[in-house]
Parts: sequence; C-alpha cells; structure tokens
Amino acid sequence: MSAANFTTEIVVPPDLTAKRSWRSVKSAMMTGLMIASVLIVALPLVAVVWAIFSRGLGVAFHGFPAFFVDEIPVIARRPGPGMGPAIVGTLLATGAATLISVPLGVAGAVYLHEYGVTNRFARVVRFMSNVMTGVPSIVMGLFIYVTWTLRFGYSAFGGALALACLMLPVVIGATEQMLRLVPNHLREASYAVGTSKSRTILSVVLPAAMPGIISGSLLAVARAAGETAPLLFATGAATEYNPNLFVEANTALSLQIFGNATSSFVAAQDRAWGAALTLVLLTFVITLVARFVTARFARRR
Amino acid sequence: MGSQDVDKGSVGGPVIRLPAPASSRRERPAPGPDAERNVVFALEKLEVYYGAFRAVRNVSMQIFKNEITAFIGPSGCGKTTVLRCFNRMHDVTPGARVAGGLRYHTADLYAPHVSATEVRRRIGMVFQKPNPFPKSIYDNVAFGLRSRGVHSKGELDTLVEKSLRSAALWEEVKDRLRASALGLSGGQQQRLCIARTIAVGPEVVLMDEPCSALDPVATAHIEELMRELKRSFTIVIVTHNMQQAARVSDRTAFFTTEVDAKFGLRTGTLVEYDSTEKIFSNPSDERTERYITGRFG
Repeated sequence: MSAANFTTEIVVPPDLTAKRSWRSVKSAMMTGLMIASVLIVALPLVAVVWAIFSRGLGVAFHGFPAFFVDEIPVIARRPGPGMGPAIVGTLLATGAATLISVPLGVAGAVYLHEYGVTNRFARVVRFMSNVMTGVPSIVMGLFIYVTWTLRFGYSAFGGALALACLMLPVVIGATEQMLRLVPNHLREASYAVGTSKSRTILSVVLPAAMPGIISGSLLAVARAAGETAPLLFATGAATEYNPNLFVEANTALSLQIFGNATSSFVAAQDRAWGAALTLVLLTFVITLVARFVTARFARRR
Repeated sequence: MGSQDVDKGSVGGPVIRLPAPASSRRERPAPGPDAERNVVFALEKLEVYYGAFRAVRNVSMQIFKNEITAFIGPSGCGKTTVLRCFNRMHDVTPGARVAGGLRYHTADLYAPHVSATEVRRRIGMVFQKPNPFPKSIYDNVAFGLRSRGVHSKGELDTLVEKSLRSAALWEEVKDRLRASALGLSGGQQQRLCIARTIAVGPEVVLMDEPCSALDPVATAHIEELMRELKRSFTIVIVTHNMQQAARVSDRTAFFTTEVDAKFGLRTGTLVEYDSTEKIFSNPSDERTERYITGRFG
C-alpha cells in the first residue's frame, strides 16, 4: 500500500538553482581580482622573455651555430659572433661552484638538522648561514678578490669560489627545510630494526629528501649562473677560449652581457642580447635536465 | 623446553637468527624459580621523565617469554611510554629520561655501555601507523638485513620470503615484490612492517596499537598473525581495544592516570598486572574493574 502511495504522489522537485546573493557577488569579485593579479604578475615575466627573444633570436641564431662556438671579437665595434668562450666560462665557473657548494651544503645541513639540532654551535652556524643569504653578491666578489684573486690571479676558479659562497647558504637552507619535512616515523621505523643513525640518514632520510634537495640546489645553480658581480672581481675578462679552470682570466655570459650592453657600439649591444638569450636557454636546459633526472629518480622508488 | 635456545646466552649470540618453529604451545609458567628463566623483561620501579615532567611512575612487572602481554588503559596513562622504554626508543626523543630498573634477561638495558642500536636488533617495534619506507616491498623487508651487512642476493631472497610468509603476506605480494610498498592497503602495509621487523630475527616484538588504523578484517588478520608469531617471539602490545587484549593476550597490564591534586600534573602508573583471564573476569583493583566494565576512561 505504502509503495503505491509513493508513485501516485505528486513530488515537487526541490529548487537547486543558485540564488543571487551578496555572498555570490563577493565571490565573483574576488575571483576577478585574483585573475587580474595573475595577469599583472605574468606581465613583467612575459615582457622580459619577449624582449630577450625578439632582440636576441636574430643575433644568436644568425649563421647557426656560429654565435655559440666562435670566439668573442676583440674589437667591440666589429659586428658578428660569438659567445663560445663565455658559454664555456659560465659552465666552468657554475659547475665548479656547484661541485663545491652542494656536497658541503648538504653535509652541513645534515649536521645542523640531524646532529647539532639545538646545540650552541649548530645555532651559531645556522644563524651565520642565514646572514650569509643576505650578503650582497658584490661583497662576496670583493671578499674572494682580496683573499684569492690578489694572490693567485684571475681564473674561473676564483669566480667559482665566489659563486660557491653565494650558493652555500641557499643549499644549506633548502636541504635543512627538506630534512625537516621527512616524517619522523620513517626515522623511527629505521631505528626500530636496529639501524644506526648514520645508516638511517644515508639510506632513509636523504633518499626521502632527495627530490627537494635537488630542486633546491638547482635553484641555487640557476641563480649563480646569472650572477655578474662576484665574477667581475675574480674571473677577469678574456675573449678567447680558456678551458683551464685554474689558470688565466676567463669570461662568462653574465660578464659579456654587462660589458657589451654598456658599450656604445650597436654591434656589441646586439651581442649582449644574444648572450642574454643564450643564458636564458642555458638555465632552461639545466632546469629541464634536472627535472627529468629528479622524475626518473622519484619513479624508481 | 624451547627456552634454552634463546635465553640470556643468546644475547651476545649470532646477529641473524630466524624464528625457530615452536615445538609446542607453552603453558603459562607458574610463579617460582622455574619462571625466572622465562622472564624477558624485569621492570623495577620504572619512571620516565619528559624534561622535568614525570610521565610514568612506579612500574614494576615481569614480562614472560613467548607470551603476548597487553597494556591497556585510558589515553595518556603511559602505556606507549613504557613500551618505548623496552627498545630504547626514548633515546631519540629530546629530553626523555628513564629512571629505575629495566633488565632484559640479565642485562641492564640502560647501562652506560649498552648500545641502543644493538638493543633494537633484538627488540623490534611495530608502530601505530603503518610506516613502510617509500621503497619497494622487497627493499622494505631487506632494509634491516642490509643495514647489518647481509648483501648476498640468495640469502636476502630467502630471508625476505621467509619473513613475508611469517607475516602472512607472501601470497598477496609475491608477484609484485619490486612494486612500491606505498601501493599496499593499510592492513597489508602493517603486515609488511611486521615482516620488516621479524626479518632481522628479534627476540621480542613490541607493538604500539598496531590495529588502531585498520579495519576489522585487517585487525583480525593481524591478531591471527600475533597468535602465530608468539610461538617464536615474545610480544608486548599496547591497545586501546579491550576486546583485542582479551582475545589475544596471555597477560594484561592495566595502566591509569593519577592526577596530582597540587599541580594538576597527570602521571601514568601501573594499577594491576595479571593473567588476562583474571583481569577480565575478576580484577583485584576497583579501578580496573570500572575500566573494563566501561564505567571509567
């Protein structure tokens, strides 16, 4: 009987349409505001990329690959390629700086977070590392100039030292942050099967933090690749290839951008745009490669 | 009986020892000199401090070999705190300190020369939340073995299979040992954690609310497993579930919280420790009775 009642009753469908209210108007306004902010934030980014590509593409890819392999003209007003030595110089200095700062920084952060924690020494080191993040890069360059370059002369290695000083606090900070994110229950699980602390850090904590450490270090590398001020003092200015890390003046893309852009010759200014594009592409490629490696690494686990 | 092969003599014995098949189900030893040999842990006025705060006071008890001992009691009464004393897990908690006597067979667990790592090789632990490493199933079980220098593939394969079989997980995972452990269900993950713990051949397995994150089916699985494992291991389990304690354990310890009237500090302490039958049918302490009948806590 009751089942029959169900079917014969006229059921008014509930009204589920949205009602216009002050709350929905507010919601729409806020959404609009946020979209506007995103556009405003994106504007300078797009403008920078546009400027570099529109002015640099023609220079860098004219008679490809001449710009990327030829030596830098000694006479600045002569038009034409190239930036080969600067690319090598940038790779040398940044690569050496990475090799110095990443192992040191990661090891330092492991000490700070896993061993030192709150003891006085660790607190002092952490504080100094934070202070170092704020030191202007030109001061780092000056420091290396006084302690290294005056004694041993210009070289890509001097530049690498200055860059390493800049990268070190960034790597320490990023790594410590990542170690903090490794859940404690993973450490406990490792201890609970009778694994020593050092072994736990090597085979549980660091692998878990690795993707974050890599992307943090990468950020530092990308920043360092574009630094000009520290290299200015320590690297010198060469126009020829210098594949030797330790001897003789070298050059770098950032230095070439600075030098050529401040020149009064149009040919030199063009080369500066070409170098800027090259630097952007270089960091882009480094980032892509590292992302790829990190993804592979993460999938393996 | 089987007690001679794993009493104090084996404390300094071989590092890798697999669960020996138990010859028979052991009767609970009667109190007396014969029982002494079967005492795995002896607690004497144990106290635990977190900084200046005394979390647990005056716990004296004995835990027996090849038995399941359950710790029950309301939240904050110190069950887990006491459990973590057994494998020196408090060493990694800043500010935690253990006072009083705690002997493992005849050795003082907190003597200055005792290495916590060495202790944890003999006394394993399974945690409340399943916590497999973000590695493959195989690597999870092999982890403890590798970290103590077992690297031969054949040996690892054998031990991993044996441990997974003991944890009643082998049939479910044998075709995907290389898959990530995080892809397993909660109950499977917890059994994996048990396999990881017993892979290194401990004598004691401590379990801290191992089923609280699991559904009833997975819980039944783990309980069945515990009854199996008790033939080869001594098990101490902390549980919030009184039915679970009644179902699986041989002895039950009831803890409760005492509130200091002057400072309002809550300190956990042991109220009553006896055979599970006695605790659940005829407890001697009124507080135990109120707790198990659900009138308190």
